[in-house]
Amino acid sequence: MTMAFDYAPAPESRSVVDIAPSYGLFIDGEFTEAADGQVFKSLSPATEEVLSEVARAGAADVDRAVRAARAAFGPWSALPGSERAKYLFRIARIIQERSRELAVLETLDNGKPIKETRDFDLPTVAAHFFYHAGWADKLEHAGFGPRPKPLGVAGQVIPWNFPLMMLAWKIAPALATGNTVVLKPAETTPLSALFFADICRQAGLPKGVVNILPGHGDAGAALVAHPDVDKVAFTGSTAVGKEIARTVAGTRKKVTLELGGKGANIVFDDAPVDQAVEGIVSGIFFNQGQVCCAGSRLLVQESVREEVVDALKRRLSTLRIGDPLDKNTDLGAINSAEQLTRITELAERGEAEGAERWSPACELPSSGYWFPPTLFTGVTQAHMVAREEIFGPVLSVLTFRTPAEAVAKANNTPYGLSAGIWTEKGSRILAVAEKLRAGVVWANTFNKFDPASPFGGYKESGHGREGGRHGLEAYLDV
Amino acid sequence: MSDKNRKRAEKAASKTDKAAAKPDQGGARAAQESGAQASPGALVEGAPTEGTADVSVRRRVLKTYKLYVGGKFPRSESGRVYEVKDSEGGWLANAPQGSRKDARDAVVAARKAFAGWSGATAYNRGQVLYRVAEMLEGRREQFAREVAEAEGLSAAGAADQVEAAIDRWVWYAGWTDKIAQVVGGANPVAGPFFNLSTPEPTGVVAVLAPQESALLGLVSVLAPVVACGNTAVVVASERAPLPALSLGEVLATSDVPAGVVNLLTGRTAELATPLAAHQDVNAIDLTGAAEATARELEIAAADNLKHVRRRPAAEDWRADPGTSRLTAFLETKTVWHPTGALGVSGSSY
Repeated sequence: MTMAFDYAPAPESRSVVDIAPSYGLFIDGEFTEAADGQVFKSLSPATEEVLSEVARAGAADVDRAVRAARAAFGPWSALPGSERAKYLFRIARIIQERSRELAVLETLDNGKPIKETRDFDLPTVAAHFFYHAGWADKLEHAGFGPRPKPLGVAGQVIPWNFPLMMLAWKIAPALATGNTVVLKPAETTPLSALFFADICRQAGLPKGVVNILPGHGDAGAALVAHPDVDKVAFTGSTAVGKEIARTVAGTRKKVTLELGGKGANIVFDDAPVDQAVEGIVSGIFFNQGQVCCAGSRLLVQESVREEVVDALKRRLSTLRIGDPLDKNTDLGAINSAEQLTRITELAERGEAEGAERWSPACELPSSGYWFPPTLFTGVTQAHMVAREEIFGPVLSVLTFRTPAEAVAKANNTPYGLSAGIWTEKGSRILAVAEKLRAGVVWANTFNKFDPASPFGGYKESGHGREGGRHGLEAYLDV
Repeated sequence: MSDKNRKRAEKAASKTDKAAAKPDQGGARAAQESGAQASPGALVEGAPTEGTADVSVRRRVLKTYKLYVGGKFPRSESGRVYEVKDSEGGWLANAPQGSRKDARDAVVAARKAFAGWSGATAYNRGQVLYRVAEMLEGRREQFAREVAEAEGLSAAGAADQVEAAIDRWVWYAGWTDKIAQVVGGANPVAGPFFNLSTPEPTGVVAVLAPQESALLGLVSVLAPVVACGNTAVVVASERAPLPALSLGEVLATSDVPAGVVNLLTGRTAELATPLAAHQDVNAIDLTGAAEATARELEIAAADNLKHVRRRPAAEDWRADPGTSRLTAFLETKTVWHPTGALGVSGSSY
């Protein structure tokens, strides 16, 4: 990267986290081997270094964990809400105390910059437990009737893009409402969930209330299909979400799905360009673009297209890519070789379809999985890069002339998770926000999250909401 | 007289005999309507008789029941009808036996109507729905007769069902401009943001109306769907479709825009399959699905991740419905905007 000056490296210390050479499954309050003895390795996507070897759950382990959760459900759900709340408050506090350790761990295991785990993931994780702790003894006031009941055993499957945050989004509301949990973290990022198991131990959480089963897709499928699971919560791809919807068809299982997206970030001609550019950057390059609600389609009004794209290119040239543990790093590693292959292939297809590809000059590390921030211009509605979720740092730029055209293009997708609007005109914000078919609309900002704020998608982006009083419904018999 | 017609006439006559023995049932009803006390011919309501009956008696004008799609009353595209019978097996009418194409046409009509209906103010939607209740009230007797015939109820029992259905429609009419305040609101996020959640309609909703409750059950599943701003494609009770088709006439003469409600009759299983698989349907209510097919329909619905309201084990249509049928077909949209606020402590006054 050619720059007038360079920053000295500012690495965060790895010494704050102690990763064991191997980990078991966490079932009924104990770490245990998989029934068939299988293991898999979790590695650092930035260096390809093996961090630890982890037990790999199979169907027998799923069954064991569900039985443990079932046994724990009676006493846990019978506990007064005020007492359940105390466990959640304890967990929130321990997360705050151990947040530096967990941030470093998450960066090592996921490849995302320490800046993001430290300043976004961990504070949000603690906030989710804190927020839901307060609900545990107030559920009768949440608007779901006078005596809302928990569902039972929740089977939860989470992705690798925000390993600990997705765990918090799933476990905090489940426990607050009186359910017990079997959670399967993603196969590339199991470590922070196993550290969370230790936090449950420190908090004195009763055995079996939380069970963690590292494993692959087969374990997730077994969990979703298990006849004694009452509630299924999944965050991940739309394709897997459809498979889960088919699996639970005809059962009484309650399901929430947080799936893919192809968010439109709409920039009108009166938008403050510098702020909009910051929002576009955070919209698509936050977490290497591995975000379901990423603003991966930039819809810019034709009259300001050049100005916005030029400013964007200038801004991208200042992004720092490299060691995720360096506090100055903006873009870290792609989570896995598999994901890198997918991003690479889709970008190549975009180029083959005739869209113009651009990346800033940047050097990528020689080991690990890396993809440069990438812009596609000259993109039309028919282009694959405007339709398919790439789940990487790839932005497609389209143009529009009128607000009506912007809305039509923004809505022209089977997804409906997020959207952005950039304009100084308040009435335009309100008019466009109302017409967008998306669960979250960020106006003059992007990628903001809060446990008090419901999050979730329309159409093929999923069912149900997480966060706020809306999120409680997913775990209550209403 | 064709064989078919003769059979009908015989059936109707035998039904008349039975009814006459039970004065609070069909016989009394028919007698009141015909305005004559009971010469057997006068009670032959269902049969378009030729030549056999008393020349002095006026025959009722029978209604050709038609589908209600896009604000119009088409016969089924398929040209098929099926016999609808009363609880004792007497012929009531030939109802259209809707086809896959009718279902698709209904979805097109519902999609076309969605922008206008969902974009109308909640106050306006409430008044439009209330207008439906007004029109229903004016046709109480007609519906009472149809419900009595459909469900085999006494006149009083049927009147009771119709009144409950009208009251239920009024209840949902009143929800249009309240649900957003009950389930939406400002979210106290930890940052300088205005953050507001509002419920929005899901889109086009396919509704399999309950099989056993031809009007009250139908209204109980349809009204909440449209009260929220969705548009609906309804498959009426297969065995008792006539009250639903008459409801179409009520909707057409109230202020409900064309396409907001589309009513299909026929074989539930046949119509439900293309609706569950339709890529432009956003949600499906399986209340009236057969137990054997509900799972298949839910699997088909997964193709575009339709919201599914599953088939209830049993539902008491007289019970307080609560809000769950409203919220089942709502999405939540959350809008964020920076406030630039300094926070309470930063305020200068």
